[in-house]
Amino acid sequence: MNAPVPVRDLRIALVGNPNSGKTALFNALTGGRAKVANYAGVTVERKEGFLTSPAGRRVSVLDLPGTYSLRARSPDEEVTRDVVLGKRAGERAPDLLVCVADATNLRLVLRLILELKQTGQPAVLALNMIDIAQRQGIDIDLEALSREIGMPVVTTVATRKRGIEDLLIAIDETAAVSDAQTVSGWHSPSAGEIRDSHREAERIIKIAVRPPKRPDTWTGKIDSVLLHPVSGIVILLAILFLMFQAVFSWATPIMDLIKAGFDWLAMQVTAHVPNGLIQSLIADGVISGVGSVLVFLPQIMILFFFIILLEDFGYMARAAFLMDRIMGGAGLHGRAFIPLLSSFACAIPGIMSTRVIDQKRDRLTTILVAPLMTCSARIPIYTLIISAFIPNKTLWGWVSLQGLVMLGLYVAGMVSALAVAFIFRKVFWRGASEPFIMELPAYKTPDPKNVARNVLLRAEIFLKRAGTTILSMMILIWFLSTVPFKPAGAVGPAIDYSFAGIIGHTLQPLLAPIGFNWQMAVALVPGMAAREVAVGALGTVYAIGEGQPGQLATTLAGHWSLPTALAFLAWYIFAPQCASTLGVVKRETNAWRWPIIMFVYMIALAYVAALITFQVASRF
Amino acid sequence: MNVQWRQGSAVGAASLPAGVVRLSEARRGDRGVVLAVSPDAMTGADSEEREELERRLLEIGFVEGARIELLHEGFIGRDPIAVRLDDMRVALRRREAQGVIITLDGAAG
Ligand SMILES: Nc1nc2c(ncn2[C@@H]2O[C@H](COP(=O)(O)OP(=O)(O)OP(=O)(O)O)[C@@H](O)[C@H]2O)c(=O)[nH]1
Ligand SMILES: [Mg+2]
Repeated sequence: MNAPVPVRDLRIALVGNPNSGKTALFNALTGGRAKVANYAGVTVERKEGFLTSPAGRRVSVLDLPGTYSLRARSPDEEVTRDVVLGKRAGERAPDLLVCVADATNLRLVLRLILELKQTGQPAVLALNMIDIAQRQGIDIDLEALSREIGMPVVTTVATRKRGIEDLLIAIDETAAVSDAQTVSGWHSPSAGEIRDSHREAERIIKIAVRPPKRPDTWTGKIDSVLLHPVSGIVILLAILFLMFQAVFSWATPIMDLIKAGFDWLAMQVTAHVPNGLIQSLIADGVISGVGSVLVFLPQIMILFFFIILLEDFGYMARAAFLMDRIMGGAGLHGRAFIPLLSSFACAIPGIMSTRVIDQKRDRLTTILVAPLMTCSARIPIYTLIISAFIPNKTLWGWVSLQGLVMLGLYVAGMVSALAVAFIFRKVFWRGASEPFIMELPAYKTPDPKNVARNVLLRAEIFLKRAGTTILSMMILIWFLSTVPFKPAGAVGPAIDYSFAGIIGHTLQPLLAPIGFNWQMAVALVPGMAAREVAVGALGTVYAIGEGQPGQLATTLAGHWSLPTALAFLAWYIFAPQCASTLGVVKRETNAWRWPIIMFVYMIALAYVAALITFQVASRF
Repeated sequence: MNVQWRQGSAVGAASLPAGVVRLSEARRGDRGVVLAVSPDAMTGADSEEREELERRLLEIGFVEGARIELLHEGFIGRDPIAVRLDDMRVALRRREAQGVIITLDGAAG
């Protein structure tokens, strides 16, 4: 063998109750940017990061979903169980467990720790959120605690990166003394054993923890308003209303600026690049196409700003509480509300977060309706059509009509999600839904740095998409709209002779009953890849067709009738989702059947909704 | 009220002594101590599911001796409910709360 290796590499896993700060600690340890928010069930998959310990070990850190027990029921808890017990294919159990505890709420995590100790793995306890515990005057005897549970205890404030050094030292020390391979003695505990471990946890608490001198009274006070049967619902609706008003009214000045910037850019290109294919590619393909999507960046940032604020404050679990009965009426699990609310941002994380739902049928129902929630990729489409066709009026002195229509579209999405869930449950899966038991976290003041970082992260994701998927689709669409060239002596616009023109004119008869013209037909096809592409495609097709880039909204207002515009909106409430959503559904359900069912039912609904909208609107 | 416990279990009496209620029938403001968590007090599902629910309730802190207070009720049918359970707050549906029996404060015994 070679020279002795002084320290061996280490695999550690973060385990603890939901919402105890595991992911915040993971980020602090590894410099990661995984999602942190104030509700149970944020993390639903295992995530790996790396660091080098003070002793020079290369440490792989696994962030895991939170759980109350290794006796997993839902897919996210199964991930934790399988990692901890080393049951994952091709992966041995971690060398060391870092138990992460919320120092203000030790009872349940101590019980979990007693269970974890049965696995025989060495462990360290990170007593997180010690800042809040200190503020409340909770006195914890660290030595006694450490002695009782038989592992080192380190206090941390994950969000401020405090105590990380000490934690790493404790990890190094624990790893150095215990490297024997252990055999897990864990078995699924019976009700009696759970009671026993509760008694043991209670005994340890009596020894090591003094109750808070200044308990948190804010959470109770805020809850008595936010969970009140009347004011709670009023506030929930007001928050949604404000969110969509803000999306419209705050974004406009910045959007105008971005729009002006792209117009200027297009003019520069027309002025300086010789007339011809290159000019057309840059001006019509890239600037009109990608530009028409990019202007929606401010709106997407505003929407995320609101969602992230609510998540960090601790409102999501309250919203789920308020909505539970309505969700239950549609046959949905109470926990389905958070995945559905996340789908406002994007259906993909929404579908992933259904892993917190334990029963397969409940989970499938939620997955199938999640894409009906209005994701942020629909914002460009909705906004474009609304600003082109809905007058920018103010009602009753303060309500923006455009914002109201936007809210209406969101509501239409939600109502149809509930209706479809109801039908799925009635037709396919009768039977009771699963238990709904959920922790309500204490409220926390959102950390401005965290909010800003997350909003910027979303902006980055959006820009990256614009620079990759959308840009490449735009170039493809430009190409299809340009070749083949118009034959010499032919009449009519050149685009009619291109592939796009041919495809559009071929599909158009199919779409005539719902009032779509051939340009829209061209936009729908690439819109399957990503919804925003439809807007970009319209930008490019009209820019090429008109022979010059212009304001897309103005162009549309001149070319489309109101019924057509409304039908287009109706189409996109239901329109088959982006290809990546279908991919995630396939992955999460492990069967092609579900994405296919989803695609078929959504496209059918989209067609019917657009048909009804167009036919009815045309009568007026 | 629909009480359908089986005889023989620890809390399996058809009617409860004064001051003892099921959490599913408690009202806002009621407070006390968890007397029992019992699959026999639940209705509906088969026994395996009831025992599973018992373990779930235990794991999230509904355990004999825990202090409990009903804080909030939903606006339709007073369902779901939010309770304070020792140092934490938990939301659950009344259906799930059937298995939790509590002794109200001030009750004898
Ligand atoms: N004040 C304070 N807040 C913290 C601390 N650690 C985490 N938080 C906050 O606690 C909440 C939960 O943090 P997460 O890291 O998402 O918790 P988690 O354990 O990963 O939660 P799940 O993934 O849902 O199991 C967030 O709002 C964090 O900002 C801390 O040390 N002090
Ligand atoms: Mg997490």
